[in-house]
Amino acid sequence: MTFDYAHLLPIVPEIAVLVLASILLLVDLWLKDEDKGTNHLIAVFGLLVVIGLTGVVGGGEREIVLSGSYIRDPMSDVLKIAVLVVSLLSFVYSRDYLRDRGLWVGEFYVLTLCAVLGMMVMISANSFLTLYLGLELLALSLYALVAFERDNPSGAEAAMKYFVLGALGSGLLLYGLSMLYGASGSLELGAVARAVAWQGADNQVLVFGLVFVVIGIGFKFGAVPFHMWVPDTYQGAPNPVVLFLGSAPKIAAFALAFRLLVDGLGQLHADWQGMLVILSVISLAVGNIVAIAQTNIKRMLAYSTISHVGFIFLGLLAGTTEGFAAAMFYAIVYALMAAGGFGLLVMMSRQGHEVERLEDLKGLNERDSWQAAMMALVMFSMAGVPPTVGFMAKLLVLDAVISIGLWWLALIAVFFSVIGAFYYLRVVKIIYFDKPEVIEPLVVGSGARVALSVTGLAILLLGLFPAALLTYCQAAFA
Amino acid sequence: MENIYLTIVLAPLLGSIVAGFFGGRIGRAGAHWVTILGVGLSCLLSLYVLKGFVDGSLPVFDGAVYTWMVSGGIQFEIGFLVDQLTALMMAVVTFVSLMVHIYTIGYMADDEHNWPKGSLAGKNSYQRFFSYISLFTFSMLMLVMSNNFLQLFFGWEAVGLVSYLLIGFWSVRETAIFANLKAFLVNRVGDFGFILGIAAVAMYFHSLDYREVFALAPQLANVQIQVWGDTSWSLMTTIGVLLFIGAMGKSAQVPLHVWLPDSMEGPTPISALIHAATMVTAGIFMVARMSPLYELSETALSFIMVIGATTAFFMGLIGLVQNDIKRVVAYSTLSQLGYMITALGASAYAAGIFHLMTHAFFKALLFLAAGSVIIAMHHDQDIRNMGGLRKYLPITWITFLLGSLALIGFPGFSGFFSKDAIIEAVHLSQVGGSGYASILLTLGVFVTALYSFRLYFLVFHGQERMDEHTRHHLHETPAVVWVPLVLLAIPSVFIGWLSVEAVLFGDWFKGVILVAPHHDVLAQMGAGYHGQAGFVLHGMLALPFWLAMGGLALAWYIYMVNPAIAAYLMVRFGTLYRILDGKYGFDQMNMALFAGGSRGLGKLFWKTGDQQLIDGTLINGSAQGVGWIAERLRTIQTGYLYHYAIAMILGLVVLLTVFVTF
Repeated sequence: MTFDYAHLLPIVPEIAVLVLASILLLVDLWLKDEDKGTNHLIAVFGLLVVIGLTGVVGGGEREIVLSGSYIRDPMSDVLKIAVLVVSLLSFVYSRDYLRDRGLWVGEFYVLTLCAVLGMMVMISANSFLTLYLGLELLALSLYALVAFERDNPSGAEAAMKYFVLGALGSGLLLYGLSMLYGASGSLELGAVARAVAWQGADNQVLVFGLVFVVIGIGFKFGAVPFHMWVPDTYQGAPNPVVLFLGSAPKIAAFALAFRLLVDGLGQLHADWQGMLVILSVISLAVGNIVAIAQTNIKRMLAYSTISHVGFIFLGLLAGTTEGFAAAMFYAIVYALMAAGGFGLLVMMSRQGHEVERLEDLKGLNERDSWQAAMMALVMFSMAGVPPTVGFMAKLLVLDAVISIGLWWLALIAVFFSVIGAFYYLRVVKIIYFDKPEVIEPLVVGSGARVALSVTGLAILLLGLFPAALLTYCQAAFA
Repeated sequence: MENIYLTIVLAPLLGSIVAGFFGGRIGRAGAHWVTILGVGLSCLLSLYVLKGFVDGSLPVFDGAVYTWMVSGGIQFEIGFLVDQLTALMMAVVTFVSLMVHIYTIGYMADDEHNWPKGSLAGKNSYQRFFSYISLFTFSMLMLVMSNNFLQLFFGWEAVGLVSYLLIGFWSVRETAIFANLKAFLVNRVGDFGFILGIAAVAMYFHSLDYREVFALAPQLANVQIQVWGDTSWSLMTTIGVLLFIGAMGKSAQVPLHVWLPDSMEGPTPISALIHAATMVTAGIFMVARMSPLYELSETALSFIMVIGATTAFFMGLIGLVQNDIKRVVAYSTLSQLGYMITALGASAYAAGIFHLMTHAFFKALLFLAAGSVIIAMHHDQDIRNMGGLRKYLPITWITFLLGSLALIGFPGFSGFFSKDAIIEAVHLSQVGGSGYASILLTLGVFVTALYSFRLYFLVFHGQERMDEHTRHHLHETPAVVWVPLVLLAIPSVFIGWLSVEAVLFGDWFKGVILVAPHHDVLAQMGAGYHGQAGFVLHGMLALPFWLAMGGLALAWYIYMVNPAIAAYLMVRFGTLYRILDGKYGFDQMNMALFAGGSRGLGKLFWKTGDQQLIDGTLINGSAQGVGWIAERLRTIQTGYLYHYAIAMILGLVVLLTVFVTF
């Protein structure tokens, strides 16, 4: 097989991100401390260019290049753009925080961009190897980012926990992949799917491998009982890292799950459906219930993530195009909401102290009513209150589950959502009805202000006009 | 024609909207002009329509104007059925309404005195009042012009709503609020039966259209429906009784009559319009309209007759002991409504409608005249403080006298024809309960004359018992008040003579009201009918006439000749007096049993059900439960890495065990 440069065309966005990371690495060497703003500008504009490139090379039928290890299809276009936009938002949110904390160094951007690259590779992976490569690139960058504030012991502890458990999770996934390779004789997803179809779904080795794969996916998502790293990591990591860690990777995790379970092991739907049912139910239960007992807002949002993962799994396990579209919609919307929620924490934390307790939000409305309104919007959306997009997302997922006859599962999900509404609404109550402990108004940079407004309005507008995003999600599986 | 009918309905609505929403901008004169013009137009067109039916130039109109929705094969439409019955009702409603509109200009002129200073509700109250009465006219027209049950129900509820708004018009008065709530709740009871009746119609006829329902009715005449196991009822009786329960609420029949006397808390013009002349007759109209259904159930007719006769006699008795001028007239209204209902029970629908029409005129007249007295007396309504008003209010006096004569059925006056026809018809009726009804109605004539002339003598004759200040200011009310009195007095006297032949014995209602041949008492009467004069002569030889004269004479004797006897009788028949004064205890029973019972039940549900069970156990309990579980679960998150790893491995083991079976 001859190498054709045209085959590189679909990979241009990934190459661009790599180039961008390399440029930043080099430029940072020559920058004085007071000029580090240049890093930020390069990263932001670079990402804008990549988004443009992704849009340009995207569209059209699916293409499989590089000897079947890379795929570009409508789903990957949408997911990549979503990942890039959310990453861009997190850069904008974090700017002032990093500057004030003396963290404004090139490495932050380089590591984050490497993570972005990893996610993009995962999204476009068409073989076990590419998938694992992307996953590890993402994971290793994140381990380093969590420990980014080197002198902070809790950050180091969080990173260590994340790393060890992440290694365990990756190991389990890899073991599962090797089983599947053994049973199917191929690494390429399409070939695996054909092999599975030929062998039939009752091959115990396949199911054995599948269990490990599902656990790997569950770990990446943070589904119970593979969620233990999530609260501790969120709590220990610096806020901008949590912002990034808690948002974009969920989109990539969706891609991981879809590529493995549907593209590769679609024939084993009956098996992984059962596993996801178990994981989603206990994730919904534990996530929503334990979140209530949290006084640390980062931990609360961590448990909230776990419960949202339960919802994403609900859409996936339906196994219908409707369900996949719903899950994809949910993952993207969740990333957006998480970016908004953590973004506000980042914005509030700048002056000397880290905002992480619920009390820190007291009376936010009196300090800055616009930010308060945006935060309230995010909370309503996470709770699933119409007309925010969080409601639409939940509705679509539940609809998908009910349409395959699992109405009891939908009932459970709704039941736990009701419980979950409590801690979201408590945040709203704290913002609006409690007296502030600090009275000085928030000082927020214009970039972050714009980013938060964009997030909040997107949550509202997508709720009113969900078709703007939903049609793309549905087209991805048409 | 459709456009004319639409105009008749919509003109008052438009007036109401303008006066209601833009009352502040157009001012008082603007508000009364716009509503009077709207209702006046309606009235003129209604008279035109009536004339069209009188000379036979107009055909019956039955058509849909607008399809609201179609659900389960049933069409929900807005439509008009305009025939002789409707035309008559339209003319009566719009004419009385127009009179009341004009009269209101005078009656409400000083309305600001009825409100506390600076009260928000008192702002533009004059305009609001006009808006309400116009809205009422619209609602009533929708009710009578409907060609289907849905629109009937709409009109039914709309008049109820406006009635509620108007009884409590002076919303700063405790008693007014009590009265309008009472009226609303009691009407709820009736409406519940009414809507069940409509539901039964929709269920068995699969249509809400009058024409279709009436056409299908004979086929369903013998259908029995199952209720509670083996008990089965006749469908027609069930529908008839349920619909009639609605009529009992709206037309204030025992035991749902309790709201009407209290509704006198509203301003007098609406007492005349709503609680005497029009809205309360909705029940009578409805039953007459449904004659094709009622004719199929003798049980329902008996039920109607017994209820009507009971109301007619026993409510009249209460009128004897009332001292509030409006309440006497109110009890007289209850009694007269009872007469109409009894006529319906005897299948003399035409007689019932005929009495409805004559009553509308003379009762509106009596109410408005009473209002005129009240204006002159500076809103003192106690007849014990009146007396000798004849010379101060000559026009009010003469019109009130004419109205009273019409009410007691003095020969030649309109009430004579209609009431005599009812008594005669009930006498001839063979329906069960007609013997009882006949006796009560006949005795009722005596009672009617007695309370009417007791009122008349106490107010207009005898000693002047008002205080010096009031006497000093007594004078005839302004023209906007007395002109409507005169205009209403004319039909009160003559309408009976003019229309008795056509309405009762002619073919006015032919094809509109259906009467089974073996029920047709009016036809029997018609056989012996030889002109108005003959009817009058015949009436003067009959017992009711002498009873009426006896009542009149007795009232004259007791209240003019020998006033001491009234006090003596009160002591002598103390028990009877207390029973009547206590209105047979209906109010106490309602307050204790229904109001008290529901409040008790509500309190029980609130305290134990809501506060303890739902809030305490379910809501707070589950919240605490969740919080407790959350506290336990969070301890799993120990912070130790090896615990986390173990959790993952355990998860792995469980999934392997469940899904991989070796």
